[in-house]
Amino acid sequence: MVVLLRRRRRGLGLGLGRGLLPFVSLICLCFLLPPALAVASGNGDGYTINGRVKIPGASSLGFALPAKTSNVKVILNGGQEVTFLRPDGYFSFHNVPAGTHLIEVAAIGYFFSPVRVDVSARNPGKVQAALTETRKGLSELVLEPLREEQYYEIKEPFSIMSVVKSPMGLMLGFMVLVMFVMPKLVENMDTEEMKRAQEEMRNQGVPSFSSLLSGGQRSN
Amino acid sequence: MAMAIRIRVLLLFLFFLSLSHLTFSLYQDQVGLMDWHQQYIGKVKHAVFHTQKAGRKRVVVSTEENVIASLDLRRGEIFWRHVLGSNDTVNELDIALGKYVITLSSGGKYLRAWNLPDGQMIWESFLPGSTASRSILSIPTNLKVGKDDLILAYGSGSLYAVSSIDGEVLWTKDLASEGIDVQQLIHRHGSNIIYALGFIGSSHFATFEINAKNGELLKHDKVRFTGGFCGDISFLKSDTAVALDSTRSSLVSVRFRDGEISIEQVHISDLLLDSSGVAAILPYKLIEMVAVKVKEFIIFVKLTNEGKFVVVDQIDHTAIISDSLSILEDQQAIALIQHGDNKIQLTVKLVSDWSNHLIKETIYMDCQRGLAQRIFLNNYVRTDRSSGFRALIVMEDHSLLLVQQGEIVWSREDGLASIVEVTTSELPLEKDSVSVATVEHSLLEWLKGHVLKLKGTLMLANPDDIAAIQKLRVQSSEKSKMTRDHNGFRKLIIVLTRAGKLFALHTGDGQIVWSVLLNSLRKSQTCEAPNVLTLHQWQVPHHHALDENPSILVLGRCGPNLDSPGVYSIVDAYTGKELNSVGPFHSIVQIIPLPHTDSREQRLHLLIDKDWHAHLYPRSPEALAIFQREVGNIYWYSVEADNGILRGHAAKENCILQLPDEYCFGTRNLWSIVFPSESERIIATATRKLNEAVHTQAKVVADQDVMYKYISKNLLFIATVAPQAAGDIGSVTPDESWLVVYLVDTITGRILHRMTHYGSQGPVHAVVSENWVVYHYFNLRAHRYEMSVIEIYDQSRADNKDVLKLVLGKHNLTSAISAYTRTEVVTKQQSYFFSHSVKAISTTSTAKGITSKQLLIGTVGDQVLALDKRFLDPRRTLNPTQAEKEEGIIPLTDSLPIIPQSYVTHALKVEGLRGIVTVPAKLESTTLVFAHGVDLFFTRLAPSKTYDSLTEDFSYALLLITIVALVVAIFVTWILSERKELQEKWR
Repeated sequence: MVVLLRRRRRGLGLGLGRGLLPFVSLICLCFLLPPALAVASGNGDGYTINGRVKIPGASSLGFALPAKTSNVKVILNGGQEVTFLRPDGYFSFHNVPAGTHLIEVAAIGYFFSPVRVDVSARNPGKVQAALTETRKGLSELVLEPLREEQYYEIKEPFSIMSVVKSPMGLMLGFMVLVMFVMPKLVENMDTEEMKRAQEEMRNQGVPSFSSLLSGGQRSN
Repeated sequence: MAMAIRIRVLLLFLFFLSLSHLTFSLYQDQVGLMDWHQQYIGKVKHAVFHTQKAGRKRVVVSTEENVIASLDLRRGEIFWRHVLGSNDTVNELDIALGKYVITLSSGGKYLRAWNLPDGQMIWESFLPGSTASRSILSIPTNLKVGKDDLILAYGSGSLYAVSSIDGEVLWTKDLASEGIDVQQLIHRHGSNIIYALGFIGSSHFATFEINAKNGELLKHDKVRFTGGFCGDISFLKSDTAVALDSTRSSLVSVRFRDGEISIEQVHISDLLLDSSGVAAILPYKLIEMVAVKVKEFIIFVKLTNEGKFVVVDQIDHTAIISDSLSILEDQQAIALIQHGDNKIQLTVKLVSDWSNHLIKETIYMDCQRGLAQRIFLNNYVRTDRSSGFRALIVMEDHSLLLVQQGEIVWSREDGLASIVEVTTSELPLEKDSVSVATVEHSLLEWLKGHVLKLKGTLMLANPDDIAAIQKLRVQSSEKSKMTRDHNGFRKLIIVLTRAGKLFALHTGDGQIVWSVLLNSLRKSQTCEAPNVLTLHQWQVPHHHALDENPSILVLGRCGPNLDSPGVYSIVDAYTGKELNSVGPFHSIVQIIPLPHTDSREQRLHLLIDKDWHAHLYPRSPEALAIFQREVGNIYWYSVEADNGILRGHAAKENCILQLPDEYCFGTRNLWSIVFPSESERIIATATRKLNEAVHTQAKVVADQDVMYKYISKNLLFIATVAPQAAGDIGSVTPDESWLVVYLVDTITGRILHRMTHYGSQGPVHAVVSENWVVYHYFNLRAHRYEMSVIEIYDQSRADNKDVLKLVLGKHNLTSAISAYTRTEVVTKQQSYFFSHSVKAISTTSTAKGITSKQLLIGTVGDQVLALDKRFLDPRRTLNPTQAEKEEGIIPLTDSLPIIPQSYVTHALKVEGLRGIVTVPAKLESTTLVFAHGVDLFFTRLAPSKTYDSLTEDFSYALLLITIVALVVAIFVTWILSERKELQEKWR
């Protein structure tokens, strides 16, 4: 969770600025750790936070949003500073005062949890980072999306069910039901009742489909 | 019988199944159907052309909206674009090595390189420093340290040499500590010495020679000039500069050659006969020449080899000049723009041959674009090896034009990137009748379209058909008609931009219907620094004055301060004609639209000036009569955020001025709330929208009980924070920070509700609607954003639920309601976590207020999220009872869900989002949403689905087929039954 590190990965041999001299002793330690971690270094009035955004390569979802780093923004404290990603996914915030800060990543197509970053004043070089959504601590400031975001409904392929479920489908279905099930119901009646019904029908004169239906229902 | 019931139940179930689709969502092929999206960049301040190599010709620009963009030079489209942070102003822009765009921003603090073809950031360098200074970016050609090409950046008082490969700072030289205020960096081709030139104090000119390899200071010289410098300087050549003396009446030539600096002074009156008054050197980057503004003229001055000043030309001061451009054989070309009526004259001249011009073109220009403000010149080689020129022109309304061969090749309305205020207007009614032929034609088209659609749903369509379907859907001619429609979807969105231009956008496709540059908001003799304020609906004819066009009131101020004189214009909303423009007059501190209109449906407005006088508009006797009748009922409030005071006001008798003015009224202070300045500072206020419709005051809750919403137009939400917590997140610990929210009745000044969130801070974004407030803030203890809801209920009506009392007439439902009554209220509150920072928050509004509400949240990623208000219901519990579930109460969760399908902007971004405006359509289920920032986005929303109309993808063809099938089935069964009956009879 707590990481001690140097200023910037490639700034290693060169840019030992004014404020960095006390950390020379730490540099040897840095070599032992993997590069590009959450880093803070004293630099007079502020510290530098370095981190990396890692977006898993090809989008497994079909839509045409390339995981291009050029469209990703990293935002400190709700808009106080905005920075962009280098081609390798690294970013840095400079001149950040000690305190607890919030880093957000804005990338279309991905949901990133905001990250809480503590920059310690008493203990320069100590950085603590945690995802605020899951409260998961980060040992290094590598931000990965929690999930991909799919902005569109996926069109269901044409299916018989969708037609059946539509109002017209229901109308048709009901008709078919009446046509095929009702006569069955009529068949299941006992013979006496059937005869009575048929007699009634004859008395009515015009034994149309509708009267058959109503007769059947009445007897049911 | 039971069977039939069962069938009916089954049917109903199936029917609801088909409707039970809760979230707002969109299929990918529905993009562009109801929504449109426009991308802008803002007013261009730097432009660098990249046309040398073959391939796509482009121009890289940076703008006042902190946008860096690469534009297609042929069509003006955006190749790529980045919106920097709101305080990351771009100071300098250039192209290095032909493949990187280099920007210096934030006053010289950030140096970034962007890949020219695709806009990917290559590297970023932070250049620390605390001294404020001007920022200079210089990209010397062919200056290498090792293998790295150098980029020189001067900012915060230090000179930095940065490697162009990876942004590594190779060396730094603090020049501010040497006392020099650097004005220019010069590198002579082929040498290893960088010259930093500038002033020391106000009376010395200094040159510093710096070794380009290591930043070592080789030599420095300074020379004293007794007259003193005023700061204006222009560099003519690599060894000559021209400055102005401290009285701004003489030109000083400074030559620095071979380590020697010589100074010569010439009075401007010696150059120009009548030249009383002060001069200024115009900040154009000219070579071998300097442009000096003297009174009403610009004079071009050259310096001869002997060091004598020669006036080359004298033109009108409104002319615009480009930086000089080197063309073939070391010639310098300069473009000039001179203004005429409805046209501009573009002249390109060579510095060495000023009497002739390379081109002289007259370009007809829409007068609504105003005057040209900036010009960027670029050349190309024609087939006959001569030079042709194209020019990028920035106009007064912030639009961008490319001019070539006397024609406007393309134009961009980039004023729309800085919208200040939005309102809407109805379109005219459809008047002319429709002929039969068109009906027949459209019927055929309509049928064809539906058959195509049916093919699409049945998956029978081939790719051509699919393309045709998509085209039909997006380009429906219905959408962009210029008349009112039945559903109220077609409207005009009227936007006021920072440039003082008013645009009317059609909601159908976002086209600009009209645009007008308001005369009252243009720079003039009487109004030196106009500033747009806001716009209001002035006249909305719907009952009495139907034959009149609606109109819009636009207010502005002549200067940046509250006490600057105000101006206003009234604009016809159908035609964009400026009907009336008045001013400058008294100052405008507050604008209060009153709920009264005169017989022409003009709304009465009160403008409050800095002396607390209320001025009534329109200035007509009728309006005055209405006002005097209603004066006892007119109240307003003011928020003094700096002093932490909230005041309530009312109008009284006419004010006492030197000139009697019957439209001016004095005001009296009714009440005030003073927030203790040591513990609270006002950071946000919010009120209900004036025209919001509320369907019912009663809310039926689960157990057949009724609650009465407290619905008042005078509800004000106000949020204060501890003064030390007023800064950004990270500047304060939870223990010393708190957020207090109040609900205040603005008639009586009564505080209805007060709530303290300890350990929280701003920024606060709030929205008030009906009887609830939703606000967003930062919780420092959890270190997450939170959203809270307060619902406020009227308790005095709670006992009206007794039926017996109602029958006996012992209820108070008929008693008069007064804003003075101290209604007993209860509030309910709940808070939830929310993941994102918020830029704007708004709520949907519908015509009658029946449809359920959604919150529209502009997130930090410049997207707009629609969140059902049901998620922010203070009655949510962990385990809702069955009755509560039926009512639609969602089980309580600690955070609000973010469902990607409910982003109304789907996969688009509204870069630089600033505001979200919702307007009800006539159709109750639907609301129109307009989000603006650097981009514009418009869409239609139906928070509870379109329950009052068929959906767009409703298949009429399928309905027809079903009906036909039913009829056929009836005949078939009829024939069958006839036949059966016949057989029966034969038997």
